[in-house]
Amino acid sequence: MTAPLHDTAAAETALTDVAGPVKAIEGRSPGRIAWDRLKRDKVALAGGAIVLLLILAAIFAPVLTSLFGHPPDQFHPDQINPDLGVPKGAFGGMSWNYLLGVDPTFGRDVFSRVLYGARISLIVAFLSAAVSVSIGVLLGVAAGYFGGWIDAAISRVMDLLLAFPQLLFTIALVSVMPDSLLGLTGTGVRMAILIIVIGFFGWPYIGRIVRGQALSLREREFVEASKSLGAGSVHILLRELLPNLVAPVLVYTTLIIPTNILNEAALSFLGAGVKPPTPSWGQMLSDAVNIYQADPTYMVVPGLAIFITVLAFNLFGDGLRDALDPKGS
Amino acid sequence: MTIPQQTTAEGAEPLLKVSGLVKHFPITKGVLRRQVGAVKAVDGLDFEVMPGETLGVVGESGCGKSTMGRLITRLLEPTGGKIEFEGRDITHLGTSAMRPRRRDVQMIFQDPYSSLNPRHTVGTIVSAPFRLQKVETEHGTKKAVQDLLELVGLSPEHYNRYPHEFSGGQRQRIGIARALALKPKLVVADEPVSALDVSIQAQVVNLLDDLQSELGLTYVIIAHDLSVIRHVSDRIAVMYLGKIVEIADRESLYGKPMHPYTTALMSAVPVPDPKRRTQRKRILLTGDVPSPISPPSGCRFHTRCWKATEVCRTVEPPLIALTPAAGHRVACHHPENAPDQAPGETSATAATGGKSVESA
Repeated sequence: MTAPLHDTAAAETALTDVAGPVKAIEGRSPGRIAWDRLKRDKVALAGGAIVLLLILAAIFAPVLTSLFGHPPDQFHPDQINPDLGVPKGAFGGMSWNYLLGVDPTFGRDVFSRVLYGARISLIVAFLSAAVSVSIGVLLGVAAGYFGGWIDAAISRVMDLLLAFPQLLFTIALVSVMPDSLLGLTGTGVRMAILIIVIGFFGWPYIGRIVRGQALSLREREFVEASKSLGAGSVHILLRELLPNLVAPVLVYTTLIIPTNILNEAALSFLGAGVKPPTPSWGQMLSDAVNIYQADPTYMVVPGLAIFITVLAFNLFGDGLRDALDPKGS
Repeated sequence: MTIPQQTTAEGAEPLLKVSGLVKHFPITKGVLRRQVGAVKAVDGLDFEVMPGETLGVVGESGCGKSTMGRLITRLLEPTGGKIEFEGRDITHLGTSAMRPRRRDVQMIFQDPYSSLNPRHTVGTIVSAPFRLQKVETEHGTKKAVQDLLELVGLSPEHYNRYPHEFSGGQRQRIGIARALALKPKLVVADEPVSALDVSIQAQVVNLLDDLQSELGLTYVIIAHDLSVIRHVSDRIAVMYLGKIVEIADRESLYGKPMHPYTTALMSAVPVPDPKRRTQRKRILLTGDVPSPISPPSGCRFHTRCWKATEVCRTVEPPLIALTPAAGHRVACHHPENAPDQAPGETSATAATGGKSVESA
């Protein structure tokens, strides 16, 4: 069966006509337009560049530490003043040999420990964001599209989770968790717990946004048009609604990642994060609290790392939101 | 699948036959979603659409026109009544049973800014019917889509562009191309031009006309614009509060409207000629359309009708042919241009609404 057509010959000449000089009319996709807009936003680009740099630094942490530092768990007692337990040199013992100084008591290389700490922070932040987004999009779109009792049930669960004391729950959970679980041991178990807990308590934020969007999208006539062509619910959800949800979900993901980094740092600070000697930013801060009067640099370095990372993600996320939805801001 | 193709004495079988069609939207309250009432959007429709004709449906906002369109395309589940398409009952077919039928019944939507998915290219949108119905085309889907774009007056090279790059009129053409992709027999157009500029309206209306003669389409066109309806329709149904009050072919409806509501509607059409304008009486209806949650008893129009009598308040007039004119049916006790159905009643007990006659 062919499409209805008045005159094949005429159509063919028309086609060859247009195929000649003006061939390359390519539509600008909404994604392309957003990218063009993002390229003009210098602040967002700077944020994005820092994020990229951080990710690369975390991935290549072993290479970087072997080039510019020392293994993160190596003790350097020669760098420590034996009487006071603080680094010998000024500013926490910063030197060309120890770029960001050494930590008190043990004399471990802070540069290496910050890089390895970035690995923990970013892995936990990204994976828990992935958990949040998966659950949030799935349940949010179901609540918004199907409505009725499904919506009521999912919305109540979201309200419940948003009111839940997440921090206390995690600390309690960590204290009762065994040291090995499902083949994971030590750091692996703690990271898995962090990812699952942070991810699980984060999905209602995404879920609410997706639900609201789905609620307004399902009333649009293109959904009815799709139905009138015989499309089922799965097709409508995946092909019609989901492409329209990509933008808000992407924006919210880049904004939930810094929140997760802060959450991970807070939990590590409170002792519910990864176990020492594995380095993490929150744990370094927590160590520094005891000694900040004698060695303030040790507190400033991980603090700055957290600050810069969170700021960079937020700037990038804000820029992305402006680029994807110029009317929204 | 057997389609009864035998022709009756008067002509062909109706393509679409609707009898007693009802759609009530429940109003629920409280946690248990107890039903406390219903919006009676469509409350008993009977009509037929013959192959090749255009049925226009007019009425005020909220009279149930769009609901009717969505019922016959089965986007909504009817509460009651029967819809027959080519002699086959499609009233309660499920999604999968309805799918093969959807090839023959397509819809053109009102708002060209909302009926096209902003994230899809024109190619994806217009080829959706082929993909969803798994239809193979002779020279590939892309060629078929480009042919369709040409058919509706767009350039085939627009294939890779996105809806936001088009004007309202062009977008509506894309919507029309999508609706025609599978060569449907019946096209339901829900206010196809009301969202467009007046100058563009004419173009789109003419396009619909041309396509009908070219492809032998049958249209049900829903609109509130009487000039548009007059231009495109062969027969016209006038709806008021979920019911058809009058249905007739174009000439007899515009020439000799029988229902007072139709008369009032007709008098609202602007007349371009100033001389004729002064000769004509304008009927101004007063009051609002009553709520479809609790429609008036008897004739639903009696609250605003200047001819209403006691019988209008109590007895619902049936939709029947009052004159020998073929196919002109009206639901009124005191019709214009036809013998009174309830003589002896006085209009002294005139309605609360009433009318005022202007000769502006």
